[in-house]
Amino acid sequence: MELMTRTEKWNITYNHALGETASWFFAQIRDNQQIYGRRDAKTKRVLVPPRPFSDESLEPTNEWVPVGPEGTIECFTIVYEAFNNLPDPPYAFGYVLLKGADTAIGGYFKGLDLSDGAVVAKQLAIGTKVMTHFAKDRQGDSLDFWFELV
Amino acid sequence: MNIPRVGIIGIGQSHFKARRQDKNYPELVREAVTLAMNDCKLSFDDIEAVVYSLAPDALLGIGNAERLGVDAVGARNKRFMRINTGGSTGISSVAAAHSHIASGVCDVVLAAGADKVGECGDSQTILNKIWDPIYERPLPLGTITMLAMSAVRYAYKYGMTEEDMARIVVKSRNAAVLNPYAHLRTPTTIDDVMKSRMISWPIKLFDCCPQSTGGCAMVLASEDYIRKNKLEAVWITGVGHSTESYYIGDRMGIGYAADHADAHALSEAVQRAYKMAGITDPIKQIDVAEMYSPFSNTEFHAIEAAGLAKLGESPALLKEGYFTHDGPRPVNPSGGVLCANAIAVTAMVRVAEAALQVWGRADAHQVKNAKRAVASGNGGDHQFFGAVVVES
Repeated sequence: MELMTRTEKWNITYNHALGETASWFFAQIRDNQQIYGRRDAKTKRVLVPPRPFSDESLEPTNEWVPVGPEGTIECFTIVYEAFNNLPDPPYAFGYVLLKGADTAIGGYFKGLDLSDGAVVAKQLAIGTKVMTHFAKDRQGDSLDFWFELV
Repeated sequence: MNIPRVGIIGIGQSHFKARRQDKNYPELVREAVTLAMNDCKLSFDDIEAVVYSLAPDALLGIGNAERLGVDAVGARNKRFMRINTGGSTGISSVAAAHSHIASGVCDVVLAAGADKVGECGDSQTILNKIWDPIYERPLPLGTITMLAMSAVRYAYKYGMTEEDMARIVVKSRNAAVLNPYAHLRTPTTIDDVMKSRMISWPIKLFDCCPQSTGGCAMVLASEDYIRKNKLEAVWITGVGHSTESYYIGDRMGIGYAADHADAHALSEAVQRAYKMAGITDPIKQIDVAEMYSPFSNTEFHAIEAAGLAKLGESPALLKEGYFTHDGPRPVNPSGGVLCANAIAVTAMVRVAEAALQVWGRADAHQVKNAKRAVASGNGGDHQFFGAVVVES
Protein backbone atom coordinates (compact mmCIF):
# COMPACT_ATOMS: atom_id res chain seq x y z
CA MET A 1 0.00 0.00 0.00
CA GLU A 2 1.05 3.62 -0.42
CA LEU A 3 2.49 4.99 2.88
CA MET A 4 2.18 8.77 3.12
CA THR A 5 4.07 11.48 5.07
CA ARG A 6 3.27 15.09 6.00
CA THR A 7 5.95 17.82 6.22
CA GLU A 8 6.00 20.51 8.94
CA LYS A 9 8.42 23.32 9.81
CA TRP A 10 8.74 25.05 13.17
CA ASN A 11 9.74 28.71 13.04
CA ILE A 12 9.53 30.29 16.49
CA THR A 13 11.13 33.58 17.56
CA TYR A 14 12.15 33.97 21.21
CA ASN A 15 13.38 37.16 22.88
CA HIS A 16 15.42 35.97 25.86
CA ALA A 17 16.20 38.24 28.83
CA LEU A 18 19.91 38.05 29.69
CA GLY A 19 19.56 39.15 33.32
CA GLU A 20 21.80 41.66 35.12
CA THR A 21 25.05 39.68 35.20
CA ALA A 22 25.14 38.64 31.54
CA SER A 23 23.87 42.07 30.44
CA TRP A 24 26.81 43.83 32.20
CA PHE A 25 29.26 41.22 30.85
CA PHE A 26 28.16 41.71 27.24
CA ALA A 27 28.01 45.51 27.58
CA GLN A 28 31.71 45.47 28.62
CA ILE A 29 32.59 43.33 25.61
CA ARG A 30 30.58 45.55 23.27
CA ASP A 31 31.75 48.90 24.65
CA ASN A 32 35.25 48.20 26.04
CA GLN A 33 36.48 44.99 24.38
CA GLN A 34 37.00 43.51 27.85
CA ILE A 35 35.94 40.09 29.13
CA TYR A 36 35.12 39.83 32.84
CA GLY A 37 34.56 36.96 35.24
CA ARG A 38 32.85 36.90 38.64
CA ARG A 39 34.73 35.85 41.75
CA ASP A 40 33.24 33.18 44.00
CA ALA A 41 33.30 34.88 47.42
CA LYS A 42 34.00 31.62 49.22
CA THR A 43 36.46 29.74 47.00
CA LYS A 44 37.92 32.89 45.36
CA ARG A 45 37.72 31.15 41.96
CA VAL A 46 36.97 33.45 39.00
CA LEU A 47 34.07 32.07 36.96
CA VAL A 48 33.99 32.85 33.22
CA PRO A 49 31.42 33.27 31.78
CA PRO A 50 30.19 35.13 34.87
CA ARG A 51 27.29 33.99 36.99
CA PRO A 52 25.59 35.66 39.95
CA PHE A 53 26.17 32.54 42.07
CA SER A 54 28.77 29.80 42.11
CA ASP A 55 27.81 26.31 41.04
CA GLU A 56 30.51 25.00 43.35
CA SER A 57 30.11 26.86 46.66
CA LEU A 58 26.47 27.80 45.89
CA GLU A 59 27.30 31.25 47.33
CA PRO A 60 26.72 34.54 45.47
CA THR A 61 29.69 35.83 43.46
CA ASN A 62 30.81 39.26 44.73
CA GLU A 63 33.38 40.84 42.42
CA TRP A 64 33.93 41.57 38.72
CA VAL A 65 37.42 40.52 37.61
CA PRO A 66 38.89 41.46 34.19
CA VAL A 67 40.37 38.39 32.43
CA GLY A 68 42.41 37.76 29.27
CA PRO A 69 43.09 38.73 26.58
CA GLU A 70 45.79 36.03 26.69
CA GLY A 71 44.56 32.49 27.14
CA THR A 72 45.35 28.77 26.93
CA ILE A 73 43.42 26.15 24.94
CA GLU A 74 41.63 23.62 27.17
CA CYS A 75 39.80 21.70 24.41
CA PHE A 76 38.74 22.09 20.81
CA THR A 77 37.04 20.44 17.86
CA ILE A 78 37.05 21.08 14.13
CA VAL A 79 33.71 20.52 12.40
CA TYR A 80 33.60 19.29 8.80
CA GLU A 81 29.91 18.27 8.60
CA ALA A 82 27.04 20.59 7.73
CA PHE A 83 24.12 20.61 10.18
CA ASN A 84 20.79 22.30 9.47
CA ASN A 85 20.67 25.88 10.77
CA LEU A 86 24.25 25.74 12.10
CA PRO A 87 27.24 27.46 10.43
CA ASP A 88 28.70 26.20 7.16
CA PRO A 89 31.74 23.94 7.79
CA PRO A 90 34.60 23.81 8.27
CA TYR A 91 35.02 25.72 11.53
CA ALA A 92 37.01 25.25 14.71
CA PHE A 93 35.85 26.14 18.20
CA GLY A 94 36.54 25.14 21.76
CA TYR A 95 37.26 26.38 25.27
CA VAL A 96 40.01 28.70 26.49
CA LEU A 97 41.25 29.46 30.00
CA LEU A 98 41.72 33.23 29.94
CA LYS A 99 44.49 34.80 32.04
CA GLY A 100 43.12 35.44 35.54
CA ALA A 101 40.19 33.01 35.16
CA ASP A 102 39.67 29.61 36.78
CA THR A 103 37.11 28.24 34.29
CA ALA A 104 37.21 28.17 30.49
CA ILE A 105 34.99 30.08 28.05
CA GLY A 106 33.90 28.93 24.60
CA GLY A 107 34.78 30.67 21.35
CA TYR A 108 35.76 30.12 17.74
CA PHE A 109 39.37 29.61 16.72
CA LYS A 110 40.05 31.72 13.63
CA GLY A 111 42.98 32.44 11.31
CA LEU A 112 43.70 28.74 10.64
CA ASP A 113 43.79 26.67 7.47
CA LEU A 114 41.25 23.97 8.37
CA SER A 115 41.74 21.77 5.31
CA ASP A 116 43.57 19.00 7.21
CA GLY A 117 42.08 18.08 10.59
CA ALA A 118 45.17 16.26 11.82
CA VAL A 119 47.33 19.33 11.18
CA VAL A 120 44.87 21.70 12.85
CA ALA A 121 44.49 19.34 15.83
CA LYS A 122 48.23 19.68 16.47
CA GLN A 123 48.06 23.46 16.15
CA LEU A 124 45.17 23.60 18.64
CA ALA A 125 46.66 21.12 21.14
CA ILE A 126 45.60 21.54 24.77
CA GLY A 127 47.93 24.03 26.44
CA THR A 128 48.51 26.15 23.29
CA LYS A 129 48.60 29.92 23.89
CA VAL A 130 45.98 32.06 22.15
CA MET A 131 44.95 35.71 22.07
CA THR A 132 41.41 37.06 22.22
CA HIS A 133 40.30 39.15 19.23
CA PHE A 134 37.23 41.37 19.12
CA ALA A 135 34.97 42.15 16.17
CA LYS A 136 34.88 45.71 14.81
CA ASP A 137 31.10 45.80 14.97
CA ARG A 138 30.12 44.34 18.32
CA GLN A 139 26.55 43.41 19.18
CA GLY A 140 26.95 42.37 22.83
CA ASP A 141 27.07 38.66 22.04
CA SER A 142 29.32 35.61 22.41
CA LEU A 143 30.30 35.98 18.76
CA ASP A 144 31.84 39.44 19.39
CA PHE A 145 35.13 37.74 20.25
CA TRP A 146 37.19 34.76 19.11
CA PHE A 147 40.65 33.30 19.62
CA GLU A 148 43.72 33.18 17.40
CA LEU A 149 47.08 31.48 17.89
CA VAL A 150 49.75 33.75 19.35
CA MET B 1 17.74 1.52 54.29
CA ASN B 2 16.20 -1.75 53.17
CA ILE B 3 14.81 -1.19 49.66
CA PRO B 4 12.63 -4.07 48.42
CA ARG B 5 13.58 -5.84 45.20
CA VAL B 6 11.53 -4.91 42.15
CA GLY B 7 11.06 -7.43 39.36
CA ILE B 8 11.17 -6.97 35.60
CA ILE B 9 8.44 -9.23 34.22
CA GLY B 10 7.93 -8.04 30.64
CA ILE B 11 10.17 -6.58 27.93
CA GLY B 12 9.35 -5.36 24.43
CA GLN B 13 11.53 -3.55 21.92
CA SER B 14 11.31 -2.68 18.23
CA HIS B 15 13.65 -3.79 15.50
CA PHE B 16 15.33 -0.37 15.32
CA LYS B 17 15.57 1.23 11.89
CA ALA B 18 16.26 4.60 10.27
CA ARG B 19 12.56 5.17 9.55
CA ARG B 20 9.21 3.41 9.97
CA GLN B 21 6.69 4.63 7.41
CA ASP B 22 4.25 1.87 8.40
CA LYS B 23 3.66 3.23 11.91
CA ASN B 24 3.08 6.76 13.17
CA TYR B 25 4.34 7.77 16.61
CA PRO B 26 1.61 6.38 18.94
CA GLU B 27 1.40 3.23 16.84
CA LEU B 28 5.13 2.72 17.38
CA VAL B 29 4.71 3.14 21.16
CA ARG B 30 1.83 0.66 21.04
CA GLU B 31 4.00 -1.88 19.20
CA ALA B 32 6.55 -1.95 22.06
CA VAL B 33 3.81 -1.99 24.73
CA THR B 34 2.06 -4.94 23.07
CA LEU B 35 5.34 -6.89 22.96
CA ALA B 36 6.00 -6.22 26.67
CA MET B 37 2.41 -7.05 27.69
CA ASN B 38 2.52 -10.30 25.73
CA ASP B 39 5.89 -11.09 27.33
CA CYS B 40 4.47 -10.93 30.89
CA LYS B 41 1.02 -12.22 29.90
CA LEU B 42 -0.80 -9.51 31.86
CA SER B 43 -3.70 -7.36 30.68
CA PHE B 44 -3.96 -3.55 30.75
CA ASP B 45 -6.29 -3.89 33.77
CA ASP B 46 -3.33 -5.21 35.76
CA ILE B 47 -1.23 -2.07 35.14
CA GLU B 48 -1.62 0.53 37.92
CA ALA B 49 0.67 3.27 36.64
CA VAL B 50 2.49 4.26 33.47
CA VAL B 51 5.80 6.10 33.25
CA TYR B 52 6.12 7.62 29.81
CA SER B 53 9.63 7.82 28.36
CA LEU B 54 9.92 10.88 26.11
CA ALA B 55 13.02 12.99 25.36
CA PRO B 56 12.98 16.58 23.93
CA ASP B 57 9.70 17.24 22.10
CA ALA B 58 11.38 18.73 19.05
CA LEU B 59 13.04 15.41 18.15
CA LEU B 60 9.54 14.11 17.42
CA GLY B 61 8.08 17.44 16.36
CA ILE B 62 5.13 16.95 18.71
CA GLY B 63 4.77 19.07 21.86
CA ASN B 64 3.98 16.99 24.95
CA ALA B 65 3.63 13.90 22.80
CA GLU B 66 2.87 11.90 25.96
CA ARG B 67 -0.65 13.30 25.49
CA LEU B 68 -0.83 11.59 22.13
CA GLY B 69 0.68 8.44 23.62
CA VAL B 70 -1.70 8.13 26.56
CA ASP B 71 -3.96 5.66 24.76
CA ALA B 72 -1.07 3.70 23.26
CA VAL B 73 0.03 2.80 26.80
CA GLY B 74 -3.49 2.31 28.17
CA ALA B 75 -3.07 5.04 30.80
CA ARG B 76 -6.65 6.39 31.02
CA ASN B 77 -7.73 6.65 34.67
CA LYS B 78 -4.27 5.57 35.86
CA ARG B 79 -1.30 7.27 37.46
CA PHE B 80 0.60 8.70 34.48
CA MET B 81 3.76 10.77 34.23
CA ARG B 82 6.26 11.72 31.58
CA ILE B 83 10.01 11.60 32.19
CA ASN B 84 12.54 13.61 30.17
CA THR B 85 16.21 13.61 31.10
CA GLY B 86 17.54 13.79 27.54
CA GLY B 87 19.58 10.76 26.53
CA SER B 88 19.07 9.09 29.90
CA THR B 89 15.27 9.43 29.72
CA GLY B 90 14.77 5.67 29.38
CA ILE B 91 16.76 4.71 32.47
CA SER B 92 15.15 7.57 34.45
CA SER B 93 11.76 6.15 33.42
CA VAL B 94 12.75 2.72 34.71
CA ALA B 95 13.93 4.38 37.95
CA ALA B 96 10.59 6.21 38.32
CA ALA B 97 8.67 2.97 37.71
CA HIS B 98 10.93 1.26 40.26
CA SER B 99 10.19 4.00 42.82
CA HIS B 100 6.43 3.60 42.36
CA ILE B 101 6.81 -0.05 43.36
CA ALA B 102 9.64 0.15 45.93
CA SER B 103 7.67 2.84 47.80
CA GLY B 104 4.72 0.48 48.08
CA VAL B 105 2.41 2.75 46.08
CA CYS B 106 1.92 0.30 43.19
CA ASP B 107 2.41 -3.39 42.43
CA VAL B 108 2.58 -3.28 38.62
CA VAL B 109 3.94 -0.39 36.54
CA LEU B 110 4.55 0.00 32.82
CA ALA B 111 7.42 2.13 31.46
CA ALA B 112 7.18 2.79 27.75
CA GLY B 113 8.02 5.14 24.92
CA ALA B 114 9.34 5.45 21.37
CA ASP B 115 11.23 7.87 19.18
CA LYS B 116 11.34 8.72 15.51
CA VAL B 117 14.63 10.61 15.36
CA GLY B 118 14.81 10.01 11.60
CA GLU B 119 11.78 12.26 11.07
CA CYS B 120 13.39 15.41 12.53
CA GLY B 121 15.83 15.87 9.66
CA ASP B 122 18.82 16.71 11.84
CA SER B 123 19.02 15.90 15.54
CA GLN B 124 22.06 18.18 16.05
CA THR B 125 19.99 21.23 15.14
CA ILE B 126 17.61 20.35 17.96
CA LEU B 127 20.29 19.25 20.40
CA ASN B 128 22.06 22.61 19.93
CA LYS B 129 19.00 24.04 21.69
CA ILE B 130 19.88 22.29 24.97
CA TRP B 131 22.54 24.98 25.53
CA ASP B 132 21.64 28.25 27.21
CA PRO B 133 20.62 30.95 24.72
CA ILE B 134 22.79 33.58 26.45
CA TYR B 135 26.41 32.49 26.67
CA GLU B 136 26.80 29.21 24.82
CA ARG B 137 24.19 28.63 22.12
CA PRO B 138 25.70 31.14 19.66
CA LEU B 139 28.53 28.61 19.44
CA PRO B 140 27.51 25.65 17.31
CA LEU B 141 27.51 23.26 20.26
CA GLY B 142 25.78 19.93 19.75
CA THR B 143 26.10 16.52 21.35
CA ILE B 144 28.71 15.51 18.76
CA THR B 145 30.93 18.58 19.26
CA MET B 146 30.51 18.41 23.05
CA LEU B 147 31.70 14.80 23.10
CA ALA B 148 34.39 15.44 20.48
CA MET B 149 35.84 17.89 23.02
CA SER B 150 35.59 15.17 25.66
CA ALA B 151 37.53 12.88 23.31
CA VAL B 152 40.22 15.54 22.84
CA ARG B 153 40.64 15.82 26.60
CA TYR B 154 40.53 12.05 27.17
CA ALA B 155 43.19 11.55 24.47
CA TYR B 156 45.33 14.30 26.04
CA LYS B 157 45.08 12.80 29.53
CA TYR B 158 45.35 9.11 28.75
CA GLY B 159 46.81 8.77 25.24
CA MET B 160 43.69 7.39 23.49
CA THR B 161 44.20 7.22 19.71
CA GLU B 162 41.75 7.41 16.82
CA GLU B 163 42.45 3.71 16.25
CA ASP B 164 41.40 3.00 19.86
CA MET B 165 38.09 4.72 19.11
CA ALA B 166 37.73 2.70 15.90
CA ARG B 167 38.28 -0.49 17.90
CA ILE B 168 35.14 0.30 19.94
CA VAL B 169 33.15 0.68 16.70
CA VAL B 170 34.42 -2.64 15.36
CA LYS B 171 33.51 -4.38 18.64
CA SER B 172 30.04 -2.84 18.69
CA ARG B 173 29.23 -3.63 15.08
CA ASN B 174 30.45 -7.22 15.44
CA ALA B 175 28.15 -7.56 18.46
CA ALA B 176 25.17 -5.99 16.67
CA VAL B 177 25.41 -8.60 13.91
CA LEU B 178 24.13 -11.04 16.54
CA ASN B 179 21.35 -8.73 17.81
CA PRO B 180 18.28 -8.68 15.53
CA TYR B 181 16.95 -5.51 17.24
CA ALA B 182 20.02 -3.37 16.42
CA HIS B 183 19.82 -0.73 13.68
CA LEU B 184 23.38 -0.93 12.30
CA ARG B 185 24.22 -4.62 11.83
CA THR B 186 27.01 -4.54 9.26
CA PRO B 187 30.48 -5.47 10.53
CA THR B 188 33.26 -2.97 9.93
CA THR B 189 37.04 -2.72 10.24
CA ILE B 190 39.42 -0.26 11.87
CA ASP B 191 40.43 0.78 8.35
CA ASP B 192 36.81 1.47 7.33
CA VAL B 193 36.22 3.56 10.47
CA MET B 194 39.41 5.54 9.89
CA LYS B 195 38.41 6.18 6.27
CA SER B 196 34.87 7.31 7.13
CA ARG B 197 34.41 11.06 6.75
CA MET B 198 35.41 13.41 9.55
CA ILE B 199 32.39 14.90 11.34
CA SER B 200 33.85 16.75 14.34
CA TRP B 201 37.50 16.05 15.08
CA PRO B 202 38.34 13.35 16.18
CA ILE B 203 34.85 11.85 15.71
CA LYS B 204 34.25 10.33 12.27
CA LEU B 205 30.99 9.12 10.78
CA PHE B 206 31.45 5.53 11.96
CA ASP B 207 32.28 6.73 15.50
CA CYS B 208 28.71 8.12 15.70
CA CYS B 209 25.45 6.45 16.66
CA PRO B 210 22.67 6.37 14.05
CA GLN B 211 19.43 8.38 14.26
CA SER B 212 17.01 5.53 14.97
CA THR B 213 13.29 4.88 15.04
CA GLY B 214 11.72 2.40 17.44
CA GLY B 215 10.12 1.83 20.82
CA CYS B 216 10.75 0.04 24.10
CA ALA B 217 8.49 -0.99 26.99
CA MET B 218 9.07 -2.76 30.28
CA VAL B 219 6.65 -4.06 32.90
CA LEU B 220 7.89 -3.93 36.50
CA ALA B 221 6.22 -5.55 39.51
CA SER B 222 6.62 -5.99 43.25
CA GLU B 223 8.15 -9.17 44.62
CA ASP B 224 4.87 -9.96 46.45
CA TYR B 225 2.87 -9.66 43.25
CA ILE B 226 5.36 -11.80 41.33
CA ARG B 227 5.31 -14.54 44.00
CA LYS B 228 1.51 -14.52 44.36
CA ASN B 229 0.98 -14.78 40.61
CA LYS B 230 3.88 -17.18 40.04
CA LEU B 231 5.45 -14.95 37.38
CA GLU B 232 8.91 -15.20 35.85
CA ALA B 233 11.17 -12.25 36.68
CA VAL B 234 14.65 -10.83 36.94
CA TRP B 235 15.38 -8.27 39.66
CA ILE B 236 16.40 -4.64 39.86
CA THR B 237 18.65 -4.57 42.91
CA GLY B 238 20.37 -1.21 42.46
CA VAL B 239 19.36 2.23 41.14
CA GLY B 240 21.51 5.37 41.18
CA HIS B 241 21.55 8.82 39.61
CA SER B 242 23.93 11.77 39.73
CA THR B 243 24.63 15.07 38.00
CA GLU B 244 27.44 17.50 37.31
CA SER B 245 27.13 21.27 37.06
CA TYR B 246 26.09 22.98 33.82
CA TYR B 247 29.07 24.67 32.18
CA ILE B 248 31.46 22.62 30.04
CA GLY B 249 34.16 25.20 30.77
CA ASP B 250 33.90 24.40 34.50
CA ARG B 251 35.10 20.86 33.76
CA MET B 252 38.56 22.15 32.80
CA GLY B 253 40.83 25.06 33.74
CA ILE B 254 42.01 25.37 37.36
CA GLY B 255 40.66 23.54 40.40
CA TYR B 256 37.73 21.83 38.66
CA ALA B 257 35.64 19.23 40.46
CA ALA B 258 35.23 16.92 37.45
CA ASP B 259 37.04 16.68 34.11
CA HIS B 260 35.11 16.87 30.83
CA ALA B 261 37.30 13.96 29.68
CA ASP B 262 35.73 11.61 32.22
CA ALA B 263 32.23 10.77 33.41
CA HIS B 264 32.61 11.67 37.05
CA ALA B 265 28.91 11.79 37.91
CA LEU B 266 28.26 8.57 36.00
CA SER B 267 30.76 6.98 38.33
CA GLU B 268 28.78 8.45 41.28
CA ALA B 269 25.52 7.09 39.82
CA VAL B 270 27.03 3.64 39.33
CA GLN B 271 28.51 3.62 42.84
CA ARG B 272 25.08 4.48 44.29
CA ALA B 273 23.52 1.61 42.34
CA TYR B 274 26.34 -0.75 43.36
CA LYS B 275 26.00 0.22 47.02
CA MET B 276 22.27 -0.49 46.92
CA ALA B 277 22.95 -3.85 45.25
CA GLY B 278 25.79 -4.73 47.65
CA ILE B 279 28.42 -4.74 44.90
CA THR B 280 31.91 -3.98 46.18
CA ASP B 281 34.08 -5.50 43.44
CA PRO B 282 32.43 -4.92 40.03
CA ILE B 283 35.17 -6.69 38.08
CA LYS B 284 34.31 -9.90 39.93
CA GLN B 285 30.62 -9.29 40.55
CA ILE B 286 29.38 -7.79 37.25
CA ASP B 287 29.02 -10.36 34.45
CA VAL B 288 27.94 -7.98 31.69
CA ALA B 289 27.48 -4.22 31.20
CA GLU B 290 25.19 -2.28 28.87
CA MET B 291 26.67 1.21 29.05
CA TYR B 292 25.17 4.21 27.26
CA SER B 293 27.71 5.38 24.72
CA PRO B 294 26.52 7.29 21.64
CA PHE B 295 30.05 7.95 20.33
CA SER B 296 32.94 5.50 20.34
CA ASN B 297 35.17 7.53 22.67
CA THR B 298 32.50 7.78 25.38
CA GLU B 299 32.49 4.00 25.88
CA PHE B 300 35.94 4.32 27.44
CA HIS B 301 34.88 6.68 30.21
CA ALA B 302 31.66 4.68 30.68
CA ILE B 303 33.62 1.44 31.19
CA GLU B 304 35.81 3.23 33.72
CA ALA B 305 32.83 4.79 35.49
CA ALA B 306 31.38 1.29 35.84
CA GLY B 307 34.53 0.24 37.67
CA LEU B 308 35.48 -2.25 34.92
CA ALA B 309 38.82 -0.49 34.30
CA LYS B 310 40.85 2.17 36.07
CA LEU B 311 40.74 5.73 34.71
CA GLY B 312 42.52 5.85 31.37
CA GLU B 313 43.19 2.12 31.20
CA SER B 314 40.22 0.93 29.14
CA PRO B 315 41.75 1.55 25.65
CA ALA B 316 44.65 -0.80 26.44
CA LEU B 317 42.32 -3.44 27.90
CA LEU B 318 40.02 -3.17 24.86
CA LYS B 319 43.00 -3.90 22.63
CA GLU B 320 43.55 -7.08 24.62
CA GLY B 321 39.94 -8.15 24.03
CA TYR B 322 38.64 -7.57 27.55
CA PHE B 323 35.28 -6.02 26.64
CA THR B 324 34.11 -8.18 23.75
CA HIS B 325 31.04 -10.34 24.08
CA ASP B 326 33.14 -13.43 24.91
CA GLY B 327 35.89 -11.54 26.77
CA PRO B 328 36.37 -11.40 30.57
CA ARG B 329 34.39 -8.13 31.03
CA PRO B 330 31.68 -8.00 28.31
CA VAL B 331 30.44 -4.49 27.52
CA ASN B 332 27.55 -3.78 25.15
CA PRO B 333 26.97 -7.26 23.69
CA SER B 334 23.84 -5.80 22.05
CA GLY B 335 26.01 -3.49 19.93
CA GLY B 336 25.00 -0.67 22.24
CA VAL B 337 23.94 2.87 21.43
CA LEU B 338 26.51 2.98 18.60
CA CYS B 339 24.26 0.56 16.71
CA ALA B 340 20.78 1.92 17.64
CA ASN B 341 19.76 5.24 19.19
CA ALA B 342 16.06 6.04 19.37
CA ILE B 343 16.81 8.73 21.94
CA ALA B 344 13.64 8.58 24.10
CA VAL B 345 14.09 4.88 24.84
CA THR B 346 17.80 4.21 24.26
CA ALA B 347 18.66 4.12 27.97
CA MET B 348 15.63 1.89 28.64
CA VAL B 349 16.99 -0.52 26.03
CA ARG B 350 20.20 -0.66 28.07
CA VAL B 351 18.20 -1.93 31.08
CA ALA B 352 16.13 -4.22 28.86
CA GLU B 353 19.27 -5.75 27.32
CA ALA B 354 20.87 -6.15 30.77
CA ALA B 355 17.67 -7.90 31.91
CA LEU B 356 17.59 -10.20 28.86
CA GLN B 357 21.21 -11.17 29.57
CA VAL B 358 20.66 -12.16 33.21
CA TRP B 359 17.40 -13.84 32.20
CA GLY B 360 19.32 -15.99 29.68
CA ARG B 361 17.07 -14.70 26.89
CA ALA B 362 19.58 -12.74 24.78
CA ASP B 363 19.72 -15.53 22.17
CA ALA B 364 22.65 -15.13 19.75
CA HIS B 365 24.27 -12.32 21.75
CA GLN B 366 23.85 -14.06 25.12
CA VAL B 367 26.85 -13.75 27.44
CA LYS B 368 27.50 -17.14 29.02
CA ASN B 369 26.43 -17.50 32.66
CA ALA B 370 25.43 -13.83 33.02
CA LYS B 371 23.76 -13.47 36.42
CA ARG B 372 24.37 -9.83 37.31
CA ALA B 373 24.48 -6.84 34.96
CA VAL B 374 24.82 -3.07 35.08
CA ALA B 375 23.11 -0.65 32.69
CA SER B 376 23.59 3.10 32.34
CA GLY B 377 22.20 6.22 30.69
CA ASN B 378 23.67 9.68 29.98
CA GLY B 379 21.64 12.81 29.32
CA GLY B 380 22.40 16.46 28.64
CA ASP B 381 26.04 17.48 28.91
CA HIS B 382 27.00 15.47 32.02
CA GLN B 383 23.76 16.44 33.86
CA PHE B 384 21.66 13.27 33.86
CA PHE B 385 23.54 10.09 34.60
CA GLY B 386 21.65 6.97 35.68
CA ALA B 387 22.65 3.40 36.52
CA VAL B 388 20.70 0.23 37.26
CA VAL B 389 21.86 -3.19 38.49
CA VAL B 390 19.82 -6.20 37.33
CA GLU B 391 20.17 -9.73 38.71
CA SER B 392 18.69 -13.13 37.93
